[in-house]
Amino acid sequence: MPLRHFDEELAELKATLVRMASLAEDQIDQALSALTTRDSGQARQVIERDHKVNALDVEIDEECLRLLALHQPAARDLRLVTTAMKISTELERISDLAENVCERTLELNEEPQLKPYIDIPRMGNLARVMVKESIDAFVKDDSALARKVLANDDLVDDLMEQIFRELLSYMIEDPHTITRAIRLSFVAKYLERIADHATNMAELVVYLVEGKIIRHTTPAQSA
Amino acid sequence: MLDQRYSLMASGHPLALPGVSKMEHQGMADHSIAHREEAQPQSKMLVQGFSFFYGPVQALFKIDIDIPEHQVTAFIGPSGCGKSTLLRCMNRLNDLIEGARHEGNILLDRVDIFNPKIDITDLRKRVGMVFQKSNPFPKSIYENVAYGPRLQGTRSRAVLDDIVEHSLQGAGLWEEVKDRLHKSALGLSGGQQQRLCIARALAVKPDVLLMDEPCSALDPIATGRIEELLFTLKKELTIVIVTHNMQQAARVSDWTAFLYMGQLVEFGLTKQLFTAPAQKQTEDYITGRFG
Repeated sequence: MPLRHFDEELAELKATLVRMASLAEDQIDQALSALTTRDSGQARQVIERDHKVNALDVEIDEECLRLLALHQPAARDLRLVTTAMKISTELERISDLAENVCERTLELNEEPQLKPYIDIPRMGNLARVMVKESIDAFVKDDSALARKVLANDDLVDDLMEQIFRELLSYMIEDPHTITRAIRLSFVAKYLERIADHATNMAELVVYLVEGKIIRHTTPAQSA
Repeated sequence: MLDQRYSLMASGHPLALPGVSKMEHQGMADHSIAHREEAQPQSKMLVQGFSFFYGPVQALFKIDIDIPEHQVTAFIGPSGCGKSTLLRCMNRLNDLIEGARHEGNILLDRVDIFNPKIDITDLRKRVGMVFQKSNPFPKSIYENVAYGPRLQGTRSRAVLDDIVEHSLQGAGLWEEVKDRLHKSALGLSGGQQQRLCIARALAVKPDVLLMDEPCSALDPIATGRIEELLFTLKKELTIVIVTHNMQQAARVSDWTAFLYMGQLVEFGLTKQLFTAPAQKQTEDYITGRFG
């Protein structure tokens, strides 16, 4: 018995989640561009658009609750619905962080640029790719790809560390740079958090595909 | 034998013991073995390589299931998969069927129930049964419950009174019937009659209670009461329930066995079987994509 109606509803849920993910990815993209090109107008647009992601978060939540209540899914279907609910929360947080990057960008743009931005956009791009790959893994049921995302989180953490040390050296040399350096280190922290949320999504995909909870475990335990 | 069950699950289930892996993560790895033993329930009944034949037709194929003590074990599977046959073998109700025979063993507290020395009345006293359709005797509520103990030779009115009250309380029926104990049992509602049958089974103090679709003829409220009852009853005894209602199996049982065409496809903790089953066939059945 193929259960066509329920399968269609699950496919629709997945499609909505993918729509939300591409919106969130776009938010990261635009935020990075606004930061590097010092474009305050673009930064404001990102802040303005965050509500669209929030609305999708609510929509997906409601849809998942409805599916749980009316269909009482089990096994793989249950994992899909609960995972979709959690992924939507992660995406909503990601979009919030992109908004935060833009808020700092607006403040940074009030003053001359402290230094050329090189590592921060690199880090941002890494985080964006992690988000994209987690969602690709979700769409394709690909837990190998999801595990690859997990490995990238360390790269982002290392970059964060390096950026922090560099900004610290600016602040020690010249206290006039402190305001800007702190704002930039906030930006780096937001991007690092985006990578963390991507990691969470990748872990959720592993659960969806393999039925194995690997959150809060060491890599050896989660293999 | 318990090891056997755990190894069976560990092989198919990455999540066989989620609690343990969590403890290990919290730096309690040294204690995890002890915890595992502590959490491991005692075996009450053990089905070993059990096959069953209705004449030339084989209904069960080499089933191995370990029924843990003080837990609810559910048998699920499509019609004709053998779940009721297996249940009825567990107190030898199938003995009465002409041409029926079995291979393998079923142990109750490590004793083979098919051993010729076993007193079959004693076996059925220890392994009670409740059926799909409530079947109270056309007698008073009191006499229904007192019937078993009387048959066993209990004569004292005071003792019988005590057993009747205790059993009806155990079945969650006492408050509803205490003022009309001597009225006919047939005047009770369907749900009450089913709980009366449970009380009647409890009156002879069984170790194991077998339930064959006990709620399929009841409305959701009466079903809810029986399900609630299982949580209390399992403190005193071991329960095996056959159900067509998958949500019911998921709600009330600790362990679930999925049978298909006389074979045991999968047996494991209910919470794992309903979230991440190891076998594709189980997955298809519980998600309604069977066949």
